[in-house]
Amino acid sequence: MKNFELYEPSNVREAVATLVKIGPKAKVIGGGSDLVAGVMKDWVQGNGMPLPDALVDLSTIPQLKGIKVDKTGATIGAMTTLTEIVESKDLQKQFSLLTQAAHSVASPLIRNFGTLGGNINQRPRCWFYRGAEFNCYKKGGDFCYSVGGDNRYHAIIGGELCYIVHPSDTATALLALNAQAKIAGPRGDRTVPFDQYFIGPREDVLRENILKADEVMTEVFIPTPAPGTKQAWSKLKNRQVYDFAIVSVAAAFTTDASGNWADGRVVLGGVAPVPYRATNIENQLKGKNVKNSIKQAAATIRTAARPMSMNAYKVDVAQTMVERTILGALG
Amino acid sequence: MKFPVEITVNGVKRRSEVEPRLLLVHYLRDVLEITGTHVGCETGICGACTVHLDDEAVKSCMVLAVQADGCSVTTVEGLASDGTLDDVQQGFWEEHGLQCGYCTPGLLMSAHDLLRKSPNPSAEEIRRAINGNLCRCTGYQTIVHSIQNAAQKMRAKKPAAAKQVQPAKLRTSKRKREQRRPATV
Ligand SMILES: Cc1cc2nc3c(=O)[nH]c(=O)nc-3n(C[C@H](O)[C@H](O)[C@H](O)COP(=O)(O)OP(=O)(O)OC[C@H]3O[C@@H](n4cnc5c(N)ncnc54)[C@H](O)[C@@H]3O)c2cc1C
Ligand code: SF4
Ligand code: FES
Ligand code: FES
Repeated sequence: MKNFELYEPSNVREAVATLVKIGPKAKVIGGGSDLVAGVMKDWVQGNGMPLPDALVDLSTIPQLKGIKVDKTGATIGAMTTLTEIVESKDLQKQFSLLTQAAHSVASPLIRNFGTLGGNINQRPRCWFYRGAEFNCYKKGGDFCYSVGGDNRYHAIIGGELCYIVHPSDTATALLALNAQAKIAGPRGDRTVPFDQYFIGPREDVLRENILKADEVMTEVFIPTPAPGTKQAWSKLKNRQVYDFAIVSVAAAFTTDASGNWADGRVVLGGVAPVPYRATNIENQLKGKNVKNSIKQAAATIRTAARPMSMNAYKVDVAQTMVERTILGALG
Repeated sequence: MKFPVEITVNGVKRRSEVEPRLLLVHYLRDVLEITGTHVGCETGICGACTVHLDDEAVKSCMVLAVQADGCSVTTVEGLASDGTLDDVQQGFWEEHGLQCGYCTPGLLMSAHDLLRKSPNPSAEEIRRAINGNLCRCTGYQTIVHSIQNAAQKMRAKKPAAAKQVQPAKLRTSKRKREQRRPATV
């Protein structure tokens, strides 16, 4: 592994000051399960993606850790581990969608050390991107190897230039729960709803979200869901044990007394360069009996999908999974 | 630039100067020459490198040694005492939970983590708990039996404790401040 300088700030202000001082070649590290054990150890680099010269370790900032739940919602520090999220009774009670999504990440060994901030901000898993020898668009090169290569796990929606799928399970769930990110930077704090947090390759092929090089995600806030909100998570993997999603579905919605869709969100992971909010499906369901209309609504995913040479199967999988997940949530 | 670290390994305080890029597993094996912890894939897949970091099982190939500064680490060498195998090791011995043994140090540490949280796990729960540890020899059947055997032994010794599930502690960084590099440059 390339060597680097290590900084251990004691508070967020110090962390930001360090990022400002060193510039884009400094990166923050949470658990390091992606940045160190993935990107840096495997020399994933290019013109648009130099390997960091300095790491700013956030684990020395105790304020970034912890889960607080009150009437308004849940606040989770960016350095909270996925295991801490899975084991939180408070989250399980009202935010079971996040509990389930976090539980489906990797294995206990990675959840014990991997953080929420790292999970949301991890880099994509496209196998060309992760291979040192492929200098693709996402690394600042001028080619996408997935178009002519093996693209069985790539995007079916929203690909352009680059066809990654967003790898984070928690991000998919958080978007369905209408959560927001709190970000600290040199110009102060800002709050960004996850609706606006993730960006596709058309906006900037070199990154997956709006976070700037000198900013740190400090916490995530999830508003308390309306009473009676139904929540469900499903994730299809290639193997029974730990793996990234081929397709995942996060749904959070309310129905009226006669079982008609009142309000809610359907978000898919594994299909697009960002966690994909299926507003088409939501609109189709609005005001209609969920049980009777879900089959037809789920089929609208077909109109949004533009599969690649080897991944048309994912369209069928996504359609079926949306249907099953929502029916499952109805109980 | 090297950093001083102080890590308690199997109950013994160890002080060293390490480069920040040194992985915990290499620190254990190459610097301290405690080689029971294995390296398989070095990419967080196989689990051969599993150790306990402040009582929680993690893959030591994904952790920098400097990230473990001020923490305590238990490796497979820390399980037996005075040459007597502990209950989990004994369980693997009795139920033939290993063939080549490459995965065993990691599996023993994952099994301990599970049994601390859940003293009477179902076979299904065991399979889920060890899903970050790959074994190419046994087919897992005997590993599941070994962990059930160990659970039984441990429950027999501590029947009261066996009833309540112990949640993991919220780990706060307790690394030593005074040795740290100033954050602002
Ligand atoms: C074998 C394996 C299987 C995996 N399976 C899954 C899976 O099924 N689902 C899934 O979702 N993930 C999976 N992961 C990916 C991921 O490593 C973990 O989910 C973990 O949560 C990442 O957290 P971390 O703290 O270790 O991240 P780090 O490696 O520390 O950080 C990842 C990225 O986020 C940035 N970052 C971290 N914290 C912050 C912050 N507070 N503010 C701004 N930027 C930040 C870092 O700069 C870095 O670029 C897997 C990883 C491995 C190795
Ligand atoms: S899909 Fe994106 S990350 Fe993968 S090869 Fe193409 S440009 Fe690179
Ligand atoms: S060597 Fe660490 S997981 Fe394989
Ligand atoms: S006993 Fe050989 S890998 Fe498990």
